[in-house]
Amino acid sequence: MTPVSEHDPDIGLFTVLREDGSADPKTDPNVPDAVLLRGYREMRRLRMIDAKMIVLQRQGRVGFYGACTGQEATPIATGLIASEGDWVYPALREQSVMLVRGFPLDAFIAQVFGNSGDVQKGRQMPSHHSGRSVNQVSWSSCIGPQIPQAVGTAFAMKKAKSGNVAFGFMGDGATSQPDFHAAMNFAGVWKVPCILVCQNNHWSISVPTEKQTASRTIAIKARAYGLPGVRVDGNDLLALYKVLSDAKERAKNGGGATFVEALTYRIGAHSTSDDPTRYRSEAEVNAWKKKDPLDRLRKHLVLRGLVSDAGDVAMDEELSAEVAASIKRVEALPPPDRASLFDDVYATLPWHLREQRDALVRGPSPVPHG
Amino acid sequence: MSEMNMVQAINDALRLEMRRDDRVVVLGEDVGKVGGVFRVTAGLHEEFGEDRVLDTPLSEGGIIGTAIGMALYGLVPVPEIQFADFIFPGYDQIVSELAKYRYRSGGEYSAKLVIRTPVGGGIRGGLYHSQSPEALFIHVAGLKVVCPATPYDAKGLLLASIRDPDPVLFFEPKRVYRAAKGEVPEGDYTVEIGKARIAREAQKAARMVTVIAWGAMLYEAIAAAEEVKKKGIECEIVDLRTLWPLDIDTIVASVEKTGRVVVVHEAPRTCGFGAELVSLITERAFLHLEAPPERVTGFDTPFPYTLEMEYLPLAHRIVPALEKVAGF
Ligand SMILES: Cc1ncc(C[n+]2csc(CCOP(=O)(O)OP(=O)(O)O)c2C)c(N)n1
Repeated sequence: MTPVSEHDPDIGLFTVLREDGSADPKTDPNVPDAVLLRGYREMRRLRMIDAKMIVLQRQGRVGFYGACTGQEATPIATGLIASEGDWVYPALREQSVMLVRGFPLDAFIAQVFGNSGDVQKGRQMPSHHSGRSVNQVSWSSCIGPQIPQAVGTAFAMKKAKSGNVAFGFMGDGATSQPDFHAAMNFAGVWKVPCILVCQNNHWSISVPTEKQTASRTIAIKARAYGLPGVRVDGNDLLALYKVLSDAKERAKNGGGATFVEALTYRIGAHSTSDDPTRYRSEAEVNAWKKKDPLDRLRKHLVLRGLVSDAGDVAMDEELSAEVAASIKRVEALPPPDRASLFDDVYATLPWHLREQRDALVRGPSPVPHG
Repeated sequence: MSEMNMVQAINDALRLEMRRDDRVVVLGEDVGKVGGVFRVTAGLHEEFGEDRVLDTPLSEGGIIGTAIGMALYGLVPVPEIQFADFIFPGYDQIVSELAKYRYRSGGEYSAKLVIRTPVGGGIRGGLYHSQSPEALFIHVAGLKVVCPATPYDAKGLLLASIRDPDPVLFFEPKRVYRAAKGEVPEGDYTVEIGKARIAREAQKAARMVTVIAWGAMLYEAIAAAEEVKKKGIECEIVDLRTLWPLDIDTIVASVEKTGRVVVVHEAPRTCGFGAELVSLITERAFLHLEAPPERVTGFDTPFPYTLEMEYLPLAHRIVPALEKVAGF
């Protein structure tokens, strides 16, 4: 057995962006400027969307929201490297991969409103997006089940020789679930083109990661399954770009699955239903705010002369107008039709649902909540 | 036509469909080389190779979870759960995921699987090789639940299940895996999902009873019907074949004809599928009923090992129920 060393990829921390904003030449993946700028714009837009959605929730205009503030680098990096035929199984913090892959903003926001503009027909809580057009499947709210599903999709991709990969995401809490173990085990045995990514944001609602696992790192768990494990700075877009691209190359070349632990921090509340001041200190949050992924990328781009204060102001104005206009359009849409409650349970409506639907449609309307 | 038992008929259906549709894959514990602990998948591994017939790690959650991911991508997985008693490590994947994919994606995704699993007691299997958990799946919106009693129906229903657009729980009554024999057509045919079968018609008589049964209990219902015939009680036996969506029309028509009903199932009584059947019958055929419906079922206990023949609703327990409703 090889001894464990600080330099092992599943124990150390793969980082590109240094304190001063420069990229470490030893690890720099040399991402083209245009791609970096695109990632930067997507990250800024995502942060803005999250902030606006939280306001809408406070105002009672949407029911719930789970933001990924502080964790944007992982979903955006994934969106940048994913090919058209790749599949994405997000958990709560990775909805936005689909936006980078071209899913329309209006439809994205309509999922949060759950109205007739939502491809899911208002069936799920906010922050459970899916979109067939971009091969993104939704998580269910249950913590864990998407992970073996991603492995199954990767099996089918391998069988079809599609050359594509399946991404499966999870939080640190999810690594305690049997589904995590099953997924890692099947991925190892089947050697499928899968990239399993754990965003270790240090908290699973109020439970810190050290109460979740006694493992030295989360990435190291991969060893037991015969998978390569990589621990990466999850607030470093360049590092993520490199690690995920490498994992994708390996998967495409028949090297099988990779497990990635992206070390990050959830800056905001777990969701709009949570008050994090009850379980963690402001000092801890402030320390992580200094490592903000968007600030770190910006510092790097400023150093390279690719962004400026004036440019950011103009970009934010543009993005803000885009998001505000989208909210305005989407909020005006009607709710899904009453009778649609019974659609899509089965491919066609069986007799018992037809009876229930007809009774509902004939019957009284509910008194609105609130 | 040739005579087959249930195991052979199911095997025949799998082979036929795997030849016809290369999206179909079989996965599970010991389904490959050894062909399954009941030999239902015998020979498939040799014919179709190991990327279509997979011996998986021992993990029902992993089997169902990965099968869902395969199905979403376009394969048609037919996982086997070695015994229905062991389905529960995968229950979350079935209830929270499989059943709800179409609904929660607004119809954009559907995870179509046929989960095959042996059910029922009478094989000296004790608590964990004997249960009949069908009601736990019928209760979940989005699933179809099938339980054939004959080789003919097993083959035809399995082919229909694999071609059906919705996820299907396919329960195989293991007590009659080999004991139930019958003529099975060689080639392709299907038995429609959602259609019951009148396994025995009641001759016009003063005292008639509809007996509703499925799986291995069909044969107990038939034995009981023979017994009470001697006393002038005529039974009409409805073999449900598909438990959900239910063939309510066939049931109601039979109860309208006979005016009496007995439901038989192996699963525990309380909240068993019999409770739902009796509710539906009283809602729809109340004025035709000559007697309160009866249920003959397993007890509200875990499934016992030594006393399993006491637990099961066998003919000796069905007969008194038939006499009771007939004499009401
Ligand atoms: C099976 C299950 N158990 C509990 C919950 C309630 N719950 C929702 S999110 C969450 C914490 C998840 O933590 P983690 O996996 O670390 O992801 P994070 O939210 O931090 O991104 C819990 C306990 C759930 N949704 N599903």
